[in-house]
Amino acid sequence: MATETLTLGKAINRGLRRALEHDPKVVIMGEDVGKLGGVFRITDGLQKDFGENRVIDTPLAESGIIGTAVGLSIRGYRPICEIQFDGFVYPAYDQIVSQVAKMHYRSQGKVRVPMVIRIPFGGGIGAVEHHSESPEAYFAHTAGLKVVACSSPQDAYTMIQQAVASDDPVIFLEPKRRYHEKGQVDLDAPLGDAYPLHSARVVRPGRDATLLAYGPMVRTAMEAATAAEEDGRDLEVIDLRTLSPLDLGPVYESVKRTGRCVVVHEAPGNLGLGAEIAARITEECFYSLEAPVLRVTGFDTPYPAARLEEDYLPNLDRVLDGVDRTFGW
Amino acid sequence: MAKGDPAGTARGRRATPRSARSGGKSPGTGDLVQLLTPEGDRIDKVTWSDGTEYRVDFTDEEYRGLYRDLVLVRKLDAEATALQRQGELGIWASLLGQEAAQVGSGRALRPQDMAFPTYREHGVLYCRGIDPIMPLGLFRGVDLGGWDPNEFKFNMYTIVIGAQTLHATGYAMGVNMDGKTGTDDGEAVIAYFGDGASAQGDVNEAFIWSAVFNAPIVFFCQNNQYAISEPLERQTRIPLYQRAAGFGFPGVRVDGNDVLATYAVTRAALDNARHGQGPTLIEAYTYRMGAHTTTDDPTRYRIASEVEAWQAKDPIARVRAFLTKQGIADDTFLAEVEEQAKQEALRLRERVLEMPDPEPLTLFDHVFPNGSPEVDAQREFTARYLDSFEGSVH
Repeated sequence: MATETLTLGKAINRGLRRALEHDPKVVIMGEDVGKLGGVFRITDGLQKDFGENRVIDTPLAESGIIGTAVGLSIRGYRPICEIQFDGFVYPAYDQIVSQVAKMHYRSQGKVRVPMVIRIPFGGGIGAVEHHSESPEAYFAHTAGLKVVACSSPQDAYTMIQQAVASDDPVIFLEPKRRYHEKGQVDLDAPLGDAYPLHSARVVRPGRDATLLAYGPMVRTAMEAATAAEEDGRDLEVIDLRTLSPLDLGPVYESVKRTGRCVVVHEAPGNLGLGAEIAARITEECFYSLEAPVLRVTGFDTPYPAARLEEDYLPNLDRVLDGVDRTFGW
Repeated sequence: MAKGDPAGTARGRRATPRSARSGGKSPGTGDLVQLLTPEGDRIDKVTWSDGTEYRVDFTDEEYRGLYRDLVLVRKLDAEATALQRQGELGIWASLLGQEAAQVGSGRALRPQDMAFPTYREHGVLYCRGIDPIMPLGLFRGVDLGGWDPNEFKFNMYTIVIGAQTLHATGYAMGVNMDGKTGTDDGEAVIAYFGDGASAQGDVNEAFIWSAVFNAPIVFFCQNNQYAISEPLERQTRIPLYQRAAGFGFPGVRVDGNDVLATYAVTRAALDNARHGQGPTLIEAYTYRMGAHTTTDDPTRYRIASEVEAWQAKDPIARVRAFLTKQGIADDTFLAEVEEQAKQEALRLRERVLEMPDPEPLTLFDHVFPNGSPEVDAQREFTARYLDSFEGSVH
């Protein structure tokens, strides 16, 4: 078994490489993905090895990236589109929600758009505006799109390949502030045996309360769980992984045991994933709840200037504060 | 073959054609490819300003075939408008006046070519061999488009203005990547859009992408002078075909009410594309004789005399005049075509009236190729809900 220590970014790179090797119809397209290897180097070396027809440097036009990828899909290709930063996806929003998401439905299944839209998302890197956003709710709200977020190198490697292999359009959210974090990755495991793409996973079992997170907040939640041990609290942490569809079976099972739940995400709270999750937990676990489901999220402000982002983003202390509040109910 | 006044040949072009200033009520004679005058006289050939020579060489049978197409397409369209007026369609986007632009370009497509329509290309759809009932299902509201785009090489209708031009460009990039250009049996792609869409970002992005990737695509703009109520000068201050130069590929303006010229120009552009010569923008200069859709009232924004002026340039009357003058068609043929159109319209009407409403639970079908547990749960919930009504058959 070829297990290597890789950064999350490199793990995506290796997953993309394997997807390109596996299927000649897979193409990568985006701004600066070729010679440069992407601004985060996620596509590093791929154009050199697979050619300019497989790894396409596109004009600087996001709607064009997604719109032409729709046409390539109709032609039988499986495009992987890179949107350079979360805040730059909006020029492509119409193509994503009106075209990509609806083609299969409108055509009664005759047209498939097996596209992956990779978006580095979230803050914490001290960037200028439009480089730190969390747009997942916009896409999760759109029928016809699947939305996933990876949080570890192993998941990044596996999930990107699963997303490419899926005939569904997948918004693939990459926690950009975690690109450089390392982990063990099994590079040879058959994709068919891998943990399913659209499944949540308990990443830390616990008895006293349930913490839900995805993408960059999984690590924050894990750190909070470790810190909570000092207070004698045993927290269960679930990495949601799939944001649309949600996989809340493991969440319901957990909350029915713990009676307490805190949802953590960087995106603003208002109408965010946490709101939907809280509503569903209330429907399914009403008699097990010892406290309302609480949310620890970004605020309902535009993403602030970088020197304020530590105040905007959920961090260890804010998560622990949320846990305290759920116990204090 | 009559050789009429060469109204389409260059006689010196105005720096700013009248169309850019006046809303394009009539382009100058020097900046329009025309092979059949409104009076039904043939022009043997026209040389465009870039030296390209346009001509057609049809047999009498082919001329009659084009006439039949034009009449059928208009009649079916009129029937659809009538069905809407009688409450059988929710809405209808009539192609009245644009028959020649659609039949000319639609017949110019070779079988391997792929078309990306707007929501008004019923004439092109007809030429692609798709059952004309299909768009009526869409506008009746029983489905969102029922044909298989890959089977007929004709994509689904696109209602968001201009979005399909990017799809067409991507498809054409795929043709290049498949190595399907450079020969006589190469593939080409045509993207339909209108004068209003020319202002959309997606259309301009499609121009840029197709140019830099040398995509085998023809951008076919039916300039019907109005984007709902807004006249051409609200979208542009130069003739639309001239935009192509800025993007780095040829642009040509054709009389969109002339089926012969439209055919010639489109066929040449498609063949250039399939031979690896990249994109062309065609501006088919025409006029939307009817309303934008059946919900529109064009009397609020245009005057009757303008419509009458275009009536004199009718795309079908000129072909009929030509066929009659040249002895290619007689009254028996013309009557036979009218009767065929009448019968096909009647059949269309009968089939529309028989269209069943879809079953409620089908609204959950085809959201994803791989399905979704959330959609499945909502389907099951709704099935139980419907079952809870007494006498429910669901």
